[in-house]
Amino acid sequence: MNLPEALSGLWAYWLLIALMMVGLYIVIARDNLIKKVMGLNIFQAAAILFYVTMAKVEGGTAPIVPGGADHGGGHGGHEIVYSNPLPHVLMLTAIVVGVATTALALALAVRIHGDYGTSEEDEAVVYDMEHG
Amino acid sequence: MIEKILVLEVVLPLLAAPVCVLVRHPRFCRLFSLGVVAACFAIAVALLVEVRGGGVISYQLGGWPPPLGIEYRVSTVNAYLLALVTSMALVVFSFDSRGGPPRVPEQRRHLYYAVFLLCISGLLGIAITGDAFNIFVFLEISSLSSYILVSLGGHRRAVMSAFYYLVMGTIGGVFFMLGVGLLYQATGTLNLRDIAARLEPSLDDRGSVLALALLVVGISIKLAVFPLHHWLPNAYSFAPPKVSAFLAATATKVSFYLLAMVLFTIFGAPFVFEELRLQAVLLPLSILAMFLASGAAIFQNDLRRLLAYSSVAQIGYMTLGLSTANATGLAGGLVHLFNHAVMKGGLFLVVACLLYRVGSVHIDALAGIGRRMPLTSAALVIGGLSLIGVPGTVGFVSKWYLVSGVLERGWTAAAVLILLSSLLALVYVGKVVEVLYFRKPAETQPIDHVREAPLGMLAPAWVLAAAAVFFGLTTDWTYGVAREAAELLLAGGI
Repeated sequence: MNLPEALSGLWAYWLLIALMMVGLYIVIARDNLIKKVMGLNIFQAAAILFYVTMAKVEGGTAPIVPGGADHGGGHGGHEIVYSNPLPHVLMLTAIVVGVATTALALALAVRIHGDYGTSEEDEAVVYDMEHG
Repeated sequence: MIEKILVLEVVLPLLAAPVCVLVRHPRFCRLFSLGVVAACFAIAVALLVEVRGGGVISYQLGGWPPPLGIEYRVSTVNAYLLALVTSMALVVFSFDSRGGPPRVPEQRRHLYYAVFLLCISGLLGIAITGDAFNIFVFLEISSLSSYILVSLGGHRRAVMSAFYYLVMGTIGGVFFMLGVGLLYQATGTLNLRDIAARLEPSLDDRGSVLALALLVVGISIKLAVFPLHHWLPNAYSFAPPKVSAFLAATATKVSFYLLAMVLFTIFGAPFVFEELRLQAVLLPLSILAMFLASGAAIFQNDLRRLLAYSSVAQIGYMTLGLSTANATGLAGGLVHLFNHAVMKGGLFLVVACLLYRVGSVHIDALAGIGRRMPLTSAALVIGGLSLIGVPGTVGFVSKWYLVSGVLERGWTAAAVLILLSSLLALVYVGKVVEVLYFRKPAETQPIDHVREAPLGMLAPAWVLAAAAVFFGLTTDWTYGVAREAAELLLAGGI
């Protein structure tokens, strides 16, 4: 696959890889614990977008079978294309996991602030070196 | 009948956690969680007896047949892990820590037991489920609860360690989730056996190689494979002692199972070890872990940090067994899961006893304690000898089969390095023993008031010390099961 084709056909993937690296960079480069948590959030969001992207079917609609209560099948000759619902469902779980992780991380950050008097990692490291 | 009780293995601790939250009575919660864990252990043993010799028990959740529904599936591999986790949980729960973790006030202690139970159900869930995304969910349940457990240690740095652990663990979890996503993209299914049947990995297929890379790195973070181990020493040395004992004995073991399952069952040994040659990375990293982490352990002055670094080195032995990709070596790695759980769990319980009586496990504070606490110190010596790999202890059994597996593969140098690295273990264990028995206590720190640890603490520690000797002499239920599990994994089954 040549470059233009890779860029145009897979643009969604390029975007979410970029987003993921932004998140990872924030986690590594920022000293502020809250910012680290936000970076982690962006990183997780990119992974969630990955699942959503792969579930998209071109021209697909919401996976609800039309028709009355009497039957579930016939829909007037033309085939309906559905998006894949499964990855979306999985991501509901992943979002819950992400929320729980964020809540816990923020709770720990509050505790750290209480103990160290700072939310900056570098200052906490200095504090540890001074106080043992 | 047995497939009906299989699901209770996960459901019991999962339901017991909210019960603890509702009842709010610390004494009740302690006994209740002990009872639940004992029941889980009984189920795990029943399952192991049932599947030994090649049996498989499967349970379809909600009656939906796989591959559409989620399947709980237990073969020798899973049953071995379930028995390991529940037996260690049982011993740790029976340890009477006299007042719970330092940071939890009496009126909140029921929550501590609830989190502990959630952690257990997460670990058991990973080992039991046959669904890839289900593994991710259980992985996060167990990880989130272990972050909380670690943060409850008394020292200020416990919270910081928990935060680092959370950041690393979450990155690992997301990598795992992405890997599962790519597998789903390639195969259209989440059932592990179905993925294994449909996936045709090849080096030209970028998707499957990327999936493997993401899964291996993600799991390696949770397993603390050598360069990704940074969270472990802090987390284990600042967590409450009981938590360290539990996590050291179980959490990394379940991650190891996950890694073995991904490599052997999903991708298959021929692709991973012949086409991709993963051992070219895994073997050097394992050997580096053995030497650098053991080397770091020698220079630690806090007994818990020393044991934590030793854990990183021991994980190196396990991944070394994995990289041989033959039945003997892999069985050596798998049997080391149980053996290391027994010795390190026991050693961390000894640390808990010492902390309770002496108040510190700094190497200087322990001078001469061998005379004041003879039974506790003796348990420490047995665990230490086992870490070195002295014949008659479980450590010897693991190393024997690891060395045989490595030699079978023709890696003579690696076999020599395993033996050399045992010398490093001799140094760091020797250092502790020397201080305990032969060094005079400092005058500024009189130890006359120090008495032997109470029975409720001593007994669980000694159960594990005795197990370290017992399973060093009889290997049918350890190596026998591990060998069967290894052959099953190499054949691509779970």
